Amino acid sequence: MADPMRIRAQAAGDKATVRVLMSHEMETGQRKDSAGKTIPAWFIQEVTATHNGKTVLTAEWGPSVAKNPFMQFNVKGAKAGDKIAINWVDNKGDKRTDEATVS
Amino acid sequence: MQTRREMLAHSATVAGLLATAGLLPGTALAAWPQAAFDAKTMADAVKALGGGAPAESKEVSIIGPDIAENGAVVPVGCATTLAGVKKLLLLVEKNPSVLAAVFNLTDAVEPNVNARVKMGQSSNVYAVAIMGDGKVLYAQKEIKVTLGGCGG
Repeated sequence: MADPMRIRAQAAGDKATVRVLMSHEMETGQRKDSAGKTIPAWFIQEVTATHNGKTVLTAEWGPSVAKNPFMQFNVKGAKAGDKIAINWVDNKGDKRTDEATVS
Repeated sequence: MQTRREMLAHSATVAGLLATAGLLPGTALAAWPQAAFDAKTMADAVKALGGGAPAESKEVSIIGPDIAENGAVVPVGCATTLAGVKKLLLLVEKNPSVLAAVFNLTDAVEPNVNARVKMGQSSNVYAVAIMGDGKVLYAQKEIKVTLGGCGG
């Protein structure tokens, strides 16, 4: 199981800014280790964001997203106390879900 | 004559090899658009996602640094002022896989997302918006990289 994500959701007016920092290696499959063997690709493929249980954003990522990916987006109509949950699945089938409350 | 046990062991080896070669996705993610991520040009990637011919537009903007010191972490944002955006794409022209990320938007989020991508070398970065009516609009920006983030 991967390390927890850091999610910060801040309400501003009628929307909330959500910032997510995920902990993931994001291997591209291009790099080689010291023995010259290619390190297999290992990256987050799918990200889903939900606001109070309703999916508001999904993303498909390739290996060119940076290590420990960061993502920022704005959710309309979200107010303090609402729940924002983020879920990701990587290409090895590993997954993680974390939840944060809008402040 | 091959016994069942031998055959099972054999297929496990093959599966393991495929997995290490990166040919076999760990799980069957039907939604992940393999063809789009295999594409070598922006037009191909957009086509694989069901969009038409891309046109440059002032209503789509791309936010990023002019010079990125470290290609492993380049903050890039894409935004548009238009309503009815279905997908926002981030592409790096000279990366082995051009497409970096696809964001599928709903009405509940603003068409403005930020992420961080890797860049192998200085190249153009595109923000592409696929609209609900099938139109494809893009903006581009050249980002210079002093230290590559892929390979090595």
